[in-house]
Amino acid sequence: MGWLGRDVISVLDFSREDLEALFSEADRARRGELAGALEGYIVALAFFEPSTRTRMSFESAAKRLGAETIGFTSEEATSVAKGESLHDTVKMLDSYADAIVIRHRFEGAATYAAEVAEHPVINGGDGRSRHPTQAFLDLYTVRDLFGSPEGLVYTILGDLRYARTAASLMEALTIYRPRKLYLVSPQLLRPRREHLDLLERSGVPFEVLGDVEEVIGETDVLYVVRVQKERFPDPQEYERVKGSYRVTPELLEKAKPTLKVLHPLPRVDEIDPRVDSTPHAAYFHQASLGVPLRMALLKLILKG
Amino acid sequence: MAEGSGSKLLVSKIREGTVIDHIPAGRALVVLRLLNPPGDARVAIVMNAESRKLGRKDIVKVEGVILSPEQTAAVALVAPKATINIIRDYVVVEKRKASPPTVVEGILRCTNPTCITRKPGEPVKPRFKLVKEEPVTLQCTYCGTIITQEEVVNQLYG
Ligand SMILES: [Zn+2]
Repeated sequence: MGWLGRDVISVLDFSREDLEALFSEADRARRGELAGALEGYIVALAFFEPSTRTRMSFESAAKRLGAETIGFTSEEATSVAKGESLHDTVKMLDSYADAIVIRHRFEGAATYAAEVAEHPVINGGDGRSRHPTQAFLDLYTVRDLFGSPEGLVYTILGDLRYARTAASLMEALTIYRPRKLYLVSPQLLRPRREHLDLLERSGVPFEVLGDVEEVIGETDVLYVVRVQKERFPDPQEYERVKGSYRVTPELLEKAKPTLKVLHPLPRVDEIDPRVDSTPHAAYFHQASLGVPLRMALLKLILKG
Repeated sequence: MAEGSGSKLLVSKIREGTVIDHIPAGRALVVLRLLNPPGDARVAIVMNAESRKLGRKDIVKVEGVILSPEQTAAVALVAPKATINIIRDYVVVEKRKASPPTVVEGILRCTNPTCITRKPGEPVKPRFKLVKEEPVTLQCTYCGTIITQEEVVNQLYG
């Protein structure tokens, strides 16, 4: 189907071929072949919710492509929007820019923005729901480290209930054929029903469990997410689960030498800093691929 | 039309209206609410009639109301096996099988309080796609939240 003019709302809207095309384009970006490709374009960055990494990596990506950026951060959003509806803010941005990257606290905000806007909308994270560009980046990193996301054993550890990065990765893995997917979390943070349903329908072999030690020896990719404090409806629940899981060098002693630890960052305390100097740590490498991946995405959407 | 002992309660023929049969037992009042008949309409409800298909079933008969296609779709959300008989001049002129709509717009609200459709002041209508017919299971087009049959009944009755 190609990428030109498409909205990027959920990873599930894309096929394997789409993803392979994106990844090859990201390889080109890393070789410096996309510099200046979007000269004369304007990308709007509408961040209604705090984000440093995603916003800055989109901004850097746009600028490296030669595009201009307009928009606002969450601190500015209140004054920009002045209580106006998302609908009206999106209409305005749509008339100023060639594409809109949006992050919002409400789930489904990006879907709605895409209905309102004529220009392509890219979901930079909507509530606890989806974060497709992070999932693309996660798969791209795995491809970079292992050659392909196929046939590996994945363990996603942490807040599987509220972390949209975990949710989007589960969705993304249904596009490939993982050998096994382990979903490890404290009881309170088990995955939501819609994700378990999706995994069941997709035929990805998966298991939900509470203790990462049971599966660490089999795992190829250990994907860790932090507890999403800001999404807990009840602060007492947060207190009960915070700090309940942690990846340490001692845990990794039981792992395959080739195991890689990924994390969408920022981390709180779920990965011991001592892991950073082990050959397992791949999260900084993962973060470094964010800009070329988002360059590839913007370029394909705006120019094909 | 109706089978078993319950049918006796429905013998008085109506000139024009709708008879909805094979409603799961206990849901007649939800169905009636969806039909929203005028205050002076003659209404007959049979609850817990015997049914070969369902074990127990409810039946609703409303005079003067001809179900619109939208109402038929809404009825199917709470009574997916219902049969709908449209009566004109004392005869059944049309028999419809209830069939849940593939897209439900406006009737229900998303149960997720941080769904964009729940944001105050946002001009967006809730919309769901049907992911399973029996029991009816819907998914919010915007946030992906699953709405179960039980939740649908609660909302339409509440
Ligand atoms: Zn919703």
